[in-house]
Formats: sequence, C-alpha cells, structure tokens
Amino acid sequence: MDNVYKDRAKLQEAAVRPILHGGRRFRLIALILAIIVAVGAGAYIYQLMHGLGVTGLNNDVFWGIYIISLVDIIGMSYGGAVVSAILRLAGAAWRAPITRLAEATALVTLIIGALFPIIDLGHPSHIWRLFVSPNPGSPILWDIIAILTYLIATVLFFYFPLIPDLAICRDSLGDKVGRWRKKIYTVLSLGWKGLPRQEKYLNWGIKIMSIIIIPLAVSVHSVLAWLFAVTSRPGWHSTIFAPYFVVAALFSGVAMVVLVVAGFRRAYHLENFIGEKQIRYLSYLMLILGVMYLYFTFSELFTEGYTLETTSVPVLAALLYGNYGPFFWLFAIGGGVIPVLLVAIPKTRTVTGLVVASALVVSTMWLKRFLIVVPTLRQALFPVSTQSYTGNFIEWAILIGALAAIPLILMLMFRVFPVISVHEVEEVEVKRSERQPELASGLEQA
Amino acid sequence: MRRNRGLVISNKVVKDENNSPRGLDRRQFLKFAGIAALAAVAGGSIAKLGFIKNDVQAEDNSTSSNQVLSQHQWAMVIDLRLCDGCGGCTEACSKEHYLTPGITWIKVYELTGSLGQKYYLPRPCMQCENAPCLRVCPVHATYKTPDGVIVVDQNICIGCRLCMGACPYAARYFNFKDPPPVPNTLPKPSPEWPVPQIRGTVGKCVFCIHDTRVGKLPACVTGCPMQAIYYGDLVTDLATNGREAYKLSTLIESNDAVRLKEELNTQPRVYYILGHGQDLNF
Repeated sequence: MDNVYKDRAKLQEAAVRPILHGGRRFRLIALILAIIVAVGAGAYIYQLMHGLGVTGLNNDVFWGIYIISLVDIIGMSYGGAVVSAILRLAGAAWRAPITRLAEATALVTLIIGALFPIIDLGHPSHIWRLFVSPNPGSPILWDIIAILTYLIATVLFFYFPLIPDLAICRDSLGDKVGRWRKKIYTVLSLGWKGLPRQEKYLNWGIKIMSIIIIPLAVSVHSVLAWLFAVTSRPGWHSTIFAPYFVVAALFSGVAMVVLVVAGFRRAYHLENFIGEKQIRYLSYLMLILGVMYLYFTFSELFTEGYTLETTSVPVLAALLYGNYGPFFWLFAIGGGVIPVLLVAIPKTRTVTGLVVASALVVSTMWLKRFLIVVPTLRQALFPVSTQSYTGNFIEWAILIGALAAIPLILMLMFRVFPVISVHEVEEVEVKRSERQPELASGLEQA
Repeated sequence: MRRNRGLVISNKVVKDENNSPRGLDRRQFLKFAGIAALAAVAGGSIAKLGFIKNDVQAEDNSTSSNQVLSQHQWAMVIDLRLCDGCGGCTEACSKEHYLTPGITWIKVYELTGSLGQKYYLPRPCMQCENAPCLRVCPVHATYKTPDGVIVVDQNICIGCRLCMGACPYAARYFNFKDPPPVPNTLPKPSPEWPVPQIRGTVGKCVFCIHDTRVGKLPACVTGCPMQAIYYGDLVTDLATNGREAYKLSTLIESNDAVRLKEELNTQPRVYYILGHGQDLNF
C-alpha cells in the first residue's frame, strides 16, 4: 500500500465514495434502521401521551433503562472525542485516517445520549423551568451545563478539520452532487483556499479544541457520576465514582470507535487507507482502559466487601452471587477477560477478533451501567422487599430505536461529508516524509 | 440498645438552624467547592448565578404572613411501643390526599429486631432541617415552608426524580399514573395542599400543614387508633396525639426518642420512641 497516501486522487476518491455512491445496499440498511428508529419514536410519543406509567419503572426502581442509556451512550461519545484529541496532541500519525469517523461518532452519540434525560422526565412540559428557576446546586443543572458545553465543543471539533475537506468537495465534486449539497459545501467551507494564513488559523483552532475537549469530557462524566454519588445510597455514594465513570466512558467509547471504523471500512472498502493497524492500535487502547476499569471495579468492591457495612451487604450480595450475579460475571468475563484474550493472542488479533472484542465491550458496558443503577435501587432504604425491574416494551423500543439512530445518522452524515479527513492524512504524510523520508517509506512498506 | 433513663428535666430541644454540628453544612461546602471550581474554570460571570441562591424561596417570601407562619416549627413523635402496624395512618393519609394506590406518604414498615422480634415503623416525611432532597432539585420545585415543612410545587416539578434518589428515607413518591378523581368541593390545590396530585411529578408527605395551620391535626394522627403519633411544635414546645398533650421536649427527652439515620446529618424533625427492643438497625 505504498504511496496511496501520497496519491491524492485515490485518497479523495475513497473519502468521497460514500457521498457519490448511495447504492441499493445503503438504502436497504438505511430503511431498516429508519423503521427501528420510527418504532422507538412511536414508543416515545405513546409515553408522552400516557406518562411514565407506561414504562416498567416503579417507586422503588424509579430510574431504569433511560438513565442507564444516558450514561452508556454519552460514555461512547467520550471515546471518539478523546481518541481524536489525545492522538492529535500526541502527534500519533496513525490516527489521521480515523479522526473523522471518531469525531463523528463522538458527535452523534452525544446527541443521541443527551436525548435520554429528556425522555426520562416525568413532566417534560415543565422543562422551561430549568431556564427560569434553575438551582445551580443541583447535579442535574451541572449535567445540563456540562453536556451543552461539550456539545458545542464536539460540533466545533468535528467542524474545524472538516473545513478543508469541504473545500475539496466544493471544488472537485462539481455537478456530481445535487444543489443542496453543493450549497452546503460552499457555505460551510468558509472560502477555504489552503492559504498559509488559513492553515495557520485552522491548525491553531484544532489544537485549541483538542486541548479543551479533554477536560470538558472529563467534566461531563464526572457530573454524570455525581448524579449518583451525591446521594447517600449504598453503592452510589462512592468517592471513586467520578474517575470510575470517566474511565468507563473511555473504555466503551474507544470500543465504539472500533466498531464504527470497522463498519465503515468494510462498507465503503477503505481498507487501503484504514489499515488493520488503526483498528489494532485502537484495540490496544481499549485494552489498557479495560484493565484500568476492572481495577477500579475491583478496588471499589474490595473495600466495600472488606468492611461489610450493614447497608452495603445486600447490594454486594445481589451483585456478586444474588439476582444480578449472572449479569455481573457476564460483564466481568465478557467485557473484561475475553476481550483481553482476543486482543492479546496473536491468532485472534484480526479485524474480526477485534470487532468481536469491541462488540462485547460495548454491550457488556451497558450491562455494567444497569448494575450500577438498578441493584442499588432494589436495595430498599429499609430492609423490606422491593419491586423488580427489567424494563418493558416501551423502554426497550426507545433504547433500540436510539441505538439504531446512531449508525443511521452516521450513514447520512457521510452522504454529505467525506468519511476520511483528506487534509489531515495529507498533512501527516507530508510531515512524515519531510522528517524521515527513508523511515517513512520503510514503514509504509512494512 | 438505649434504655429509659427516667425523666430528664430540660425544656429545650437543641436545634441547629444555622450551625450544623460539624461546623460545615452542605451549602457551605458547595459554596466552597463551587467557588474553587469557578475560579479554576471560568471568570466571575457565573458567580452571579450564585451558589447562595438555595434559600431564594425562603428569603423572597419573608413577608409578614410568613413571619406568622414561622412562629410554628412542626415536628412529630411516633411511639413505636404503641404501634401495632394496623396501617390506619397510611389509610387515613391516602384517603385525605386522594393518592394513587401504592403511594404511601406515611408507610408502615414491618421490621425485624436483632432478636428476631417483629416491630413496626411508620415513616412519614422526616421534614429534615438539612434536607438532601431540597438541594438536588434542579428547578427549585421543592422547598421549605416558613414553618419548616418540605413541600413540592407540582406545577414546577419536571419529574427528574433525583430528589427520590437523594432522600435517605424513601419518603418521596413519583406519580406514574393519574391520581383518583377528587370531588370538586375541595380547596384549590397548592404546594401545601397538593390535591389532586399531578401525574409525572413527585409528591410527598406535607405534614398536613393545610390542617395544622388552622388548628386541626394531621390525618395520620387522627387515623391512628393507638394514638401512637404525636404532632408537635418546636416553638411552643407542645405535642399532642389528639387525646393527651405533652411538653414536646420532655416527651422526646424523657423517652430517649431518637431520629432515623442520624449519621447522615439530615436532622429530621420526626422522633421515634423506642423501648420494645427496636434497634433500628438498617
């Protein structure tokens, strides 16, 4: 695959391929996803009409799938943002072909995840009260501020590196695209001509956003954790919760990026540009975070299990060998041990193996959030039995609809925007060949 | 295990309106944490929003009528030696407030002591002086009345249910369904008289202040056939179960009454008289 990066025409062709070629398969998949989203939307409208009573929630377990999914899906968003930001700041050249996909994942999952607190509201028509009589001391308000700030940052972080690519589309696609897309390219590329001055400001902007987005993402996940940790409930009231949530978000987020990258790589035949290397490196990153996450989990359970206070015993018992034991061990083995092995053993370190590992992580991390939210609520504040909770059709339909919306929006997005950051790949390549011409070409061949 | 030590002569209930026993209450802590965070992150503009605004309701309402109201500070004493778990209080309360079946603003828990003996614990809202629910509400829908009772303005409540997570006594209930129909002869609903409840919002025991402010006893007190529930006022230092009246502080102190989950520093206004081996060990 030597010289593909330097071959501008090939790179551009690959990046805009999704824009030009919709195809039957695209329409079929989009249609299926759209139907699933529509079912979810219908379920939400039904819930709006009849209230939260149509869900499986009750006065013991008053938070369920919506809050679990809020934490889970916003967590996915963190991975995309940080992969892109940290790797950019660290100057990791291998990141260049996947930053666009990572940033898009961050943006889309954030938007979808941020819908869940609204879906969860009992009386959404009172929501304007948040703006007229806000209580700055409430974790919910911290969440809103953190998520909105992060949303703006994510949009900019997606948009800045996109500007030169939009200019490429504007200049090279010509009449191959319809009027409205042409208009988008012209307006959004902000008259980009690749002038040195423009390059300077753009790089400056991207660098600033890369720096800003990391603490912002940390803040989002910390305040999400405090939603639980500021209560006095056993299992929630934990000092480790904020960093625990941050690592969880990174862990599942990077796994999500692996899935998105692998999916688009295959669907649009981007193998020449997104090599196995990118997916393998992402998996290493995921692995390190996974080990960290298991360590946090162990540390939390160990300290609680050692003292065995009256209030935490029932939660621990339910989690380790009670009602929720199977789920916990499914998470620990399916989300921890098996992915570690899949990445560690050379034979399974293939794209398929890594995708399986990531899929396991993404799904068991949802389970882990379930284990954070529900068992604590099932452990009544007085020693009495509580109503069980598994969610019902409405909640599952909304969740599955929201999950289907993620690939759907991504697919539609890349009908408009180039799927690979052409400008960034070229820049990285130019830099690399300038710095170490022999080594670079050597690496290319390897 | 606590035991009666006979009559303790003292006529003051120690209360901490402003000074928490550990010298740092959550608001001060938040103020500190908030200022530190703001200094680190942003300029002073957000500071105007203020971490001091928590008391906005109380301050804004400090009109003369509220000064009259604050001449009472309602409290409750429940004698567990008398409670036989009949559920009369729950029934009376739910009927009075037209609550959806399943919602129990005063709930009677059947508990087991360390010797295996059964005992009963009626749990109204504790009307904490340092109420965790009040602090987490994102829209100031829940607030403290001048007479010390935590109420919910259901026309503001967005139904996020964070207050339910924050309450250590499970005293808050979300209205998943519409409440039963109410006769139209009832007074107009208000936070102090939240009848009928509004679907999609959180409701809770309001100590029947709509009644007690005009000299009537709460539904649970009159609904208790054992007269185990005393309603009282910390200011005038009186308590009554409808049949007998006591000096509230004496009732509490001479019977070694305790409050639930004292370690959480919520400072409840509901006291329990133990004495039949109840260890409240939960």
